Amino acid sequence: MTIQILRSQINDYQTYTLADEEMTLLKALIKIKATQDATLTFTAGCRASVCGTCAVRVNGREVLSCAHKVRDGDMIEPLNYHPVLRDLKVDKQPAQKTLLNATAWLHRYQEAVLTHKDERFTERQTDCILCDACYSACPVFAVNPDFLGPFALTRAYRYSADKQESEVKSIVERVQHNGVWECTLCSGCTLVCPKGIDPKMDITMLRSLVVQHGYEDRTFAQMGFGTPDFGSEFGFDSNGEF
Amino acid sequence: MTDVLIIGSGGAGLSAALAVKEQGASVIIASKSTPTTAQTSMAQGGMNAVLGNVEEDHISMHIADTIKSAHGICDENMVRKMCADGPLAIAWLERLGVPFSRLDNGKSGTGSIAQRKLGGASAKRACYAQDYTGLKILHTLYDNCLKEGIEFLDDHFLLNLVTEDGTIKGATFLDIRSGEVVQIDAKSVVIATGGFGALYHGYTTNAFGTTGDGIAAVLRAGGSVSDMEFVQFHPTGLKHSAILVSEAARGEGGYLVNSDGERFVDELSPRDVVARAIFAQLEQEKEVFLDVRHLGKEKLMELLPQEVALCRLHEQIDPLEALIPIKPVAHYTMGGIDVDDALEVNGIKGCFAVGECASAKIHGANRLGGNSLLEIVAFGRFAGSNATKHAMFARTTPANDTQLLKDKDYIAHIFTQEHSVNFYPIRQRLGVLLYHKVGIVRQNAKLQEALSEVIAMQVAHARMGIVDHAKAHNQNLVEFLEFSNALLLTPTLISAAFSRDESRGAHFKIEFASEDNERFKKHIVLKWKP
Ligand SMILES: Cc1cc2nc3c(=O)[nH]c(=O)nc-3n(C[C@H](O)[C@H](O)[C@H](O)COP(=O)(O)OP(=O)(O)OC[C@H]3O[C@@H](n4cnc5c(N)ncnc54)[C@H](O)[C@@H]3O)c2cc1C
Ligand code: SF4
Ligand code: SF4
Ligand code: FES
Repeated sequence: MTIQILRSQINDYQTYTLADEEMTLLKALIKIKATQDATLTFTAGCRASVCGTCAVRVNGREVLSCAHKVRDGDMIEPLNYHPVLRDLKVDKQPAQKTLLNATAWLHRYQEAVLTHKDERFTERQTDCILCDACYSACPVFAVNPDFLGPFALTRAYRYSADKQESEVKSIVERVQHNGVWECTLCSGCTLVCPKGIDPKMDITMLRSLVVQHGYEDRTFAQMGFGTPDFGSEFGFDSNGEF
Repeated sequence: MTDVLIIGSGGAGLSAALAVKEQGASVIIASKSTPTTAQTSMAQGGMNAVLGNVEEDHISMHIADTIKSAHGICDENMVRKMCADGPLAIAWLERLGVPFSRLDNGKSGTGSIAQRKLGGASAKRACYAQDYTGLKILHTLYDNCLKEGIEFLDDHFLLNLVTEDGTIKGATFLDIRSGEVVQIDAKSVVIATGGFGALYHGYTTNAFGTTGDGIAAVLRAGGSVSDMEFVQFHPTGLKHSAILVSEAARGEGGYLVNSDGERFVDELSPRDVVARAIFAQLEQEKEVFLDVRHLGKEKLMELLPQEVALCRLHEQIDPLEALIPIKPVAHYTMGGIDVDDALEVNGIKGCFAVGECASAKIHGANRLGGNSLLEIVAFGRFAGSNATKHAMFARTTPANDTQLLKDKDYIAHIFTQEHSVNFYPIRQRLGVLLYHKVGIVRQNAKLQEALSEVIAMQVAHARMGIVDHAKAHNQNLVEFLEFSNALLLTPTLISAAFSRDESRGAHFKIEFASEDNERFKKHIVLKWKP
């Protein structure tokens, strides 16, 4: 089989030929590097879908290299909206800065009674491996690089829902700017998450939390043109930020 | 100059960094990748701490279990300290927000943390977060490092320690992004670079890059290593990818069968016994499989969802319907950098080592499951706080640039080095060699063969160089440096195994099948003579 990989140096696809056996893309990349082309650059760690290092795009869709079975004709590219460092290796620092901007951590601990049900409530969200696949799939970054983005908002939501968090308000304040209202609820993130996380749903949950805290509901404001004009009689601010 | 430089961003490095920060000192974390990619993310089973949430448990029982598993060669004071720190470490993680699995007992705080029994434990003692314990601890530590504004240097590959008169002054790194060699000056250094399981390339559960770089740097700086011969093998790695299949598979009633369809060992025996029995079958050219079909779909999906998916992906089989091909694989390296009871590297003042890279004399001849996550958190904090104390009184004159210039020359030299021998296949050959001759079952004659082969590899190393001559983001260079470290460490592993003419814990030698306390109830400590 042959696959094509976008090489940064030539800014073009390079074709590689592989034996016709079933293998993961990561295994294929390692084989290419070891036997055909030592300059091919990519990142990997655990090969078991848990270290979050190896996400790329295959035929336009984000996958973990270690969890994708390579197929004849696959087109491999680096993640979107990340500065490409070399070939498939991207700079994750700008994207991970969103965690800092969202203050996605436990602000102030308070002791609480927790049950199995509480654990299950945000179990999925805490499965996140920070692979950045969702970030790459999110169309908002094409127009707004300051958007907090799916994984940071999922993480912020996970802490806001923790009964041990006594300062939910601090999180609520942070996620409103370039945050929950900028999301178009397109589900791009949810569709590609290798861990089955649903950032779109988490963002929806954060929205209601924001409203519960007495802030304005900007659901309709952000929808931009193309949606019916609810007009000022509904009391929405139609000069959304999107 | 920073107070404390931490090398490695796994659980040990991040715990140390947070401890330094708590005490008001400055800290930098440098690692060769990005923060949360460390192997700590792979730990599934749990972290030991005596809470007694599920059944009666005592710190004395945890100590006794650890000593038993270590087969007598551990420092009982260190074991006592670690076990006593267990509940405190969990309480600390709880306050940071680690999403532990919970019981329905109506209790608050750590009182509701669920605990399960791991092999060799006399009580249900391992705290867990479903089967993502390491991942969730690591990420919560990372969130807290961001909260505390801790500085991370990604893509910094440790080359060498910088010392002056036996005292640490900092370290040199290859900045993978620019290709430059840089020196970071620091009053104290904490090495937390993980183990060396990846020497068994192709035969290990460990992540790529677990090549013992920090251990090799300590050897080059004149420090010592100990307990290198003790490598824990996990009985059930997937045959092709060596990915771990959790012990729960056997614990819940999975069978081991060979290619003749025969069962050949009590599946519930200790890890080393099962690993040896499987290895014996493989040596007789038989294949070995794990059979979990009779457990039924529902139970399998509940107990081993990750494994079912990984089998489908990496072994092209569905464990609900087919046998899972397996082999025992290298899983944990008990030995490493020789440290004292303050975790300070013997021979280098102000330099500390913690986590899987260190030999803190707690795991001895065999590690108890769940003790390494405890070690990285409890001792990670201990190392951070000792490093801070050292920094308070350390001299602030930076080191001269002797080491820096040497390392710049070395990297420049690699670019000009002949590369007629491709090191990637040799890396693979080293894995095969170690697995068969320095693995689960050892024999002096085979160890000697292995050593000669490794020496031949070291000789060929001069012709191995790199093909990729790009300056920035040269992963070929990084992998070459990792392989060079592997070649430096391998002889210490083989020599230690050769010297130990007995069998103890994870070290099994055919011609000396029992423990010999008179001659060998001790640690083998080695130094490097260039
Ligand atoms: C599959 C698996 C399952 C496990 N399950 C359990 C379990 O259930 N319970 C348990 O207690 N233990 C378990 N363990 C063991 C445990 O996970 C490890 O021992 C522990 O996480 C090691 O942590 P660490 O911080 O010492 O090192 P690591 O997590 O390995 O981190 C090492 C760090 O050092 C950095 N580094 C390495 N070399 C360099 C260099 N040259 N320059 C700069 N940085 C460098 C790396 O990038 C990384 O950030 C398991 C291990 C594996 C592989
Ligand atoms: S749902 Fe929101 S966060 Fe997710 S991809 Fe779409 S716009 Fe981005
Ligand atoms: S939410 Fe999913 S896709 Fe996004 S970073 Fe986390 S694991 Fe990756
Ligand atoms: S290599 Fe770790 S997630 Fe793919």
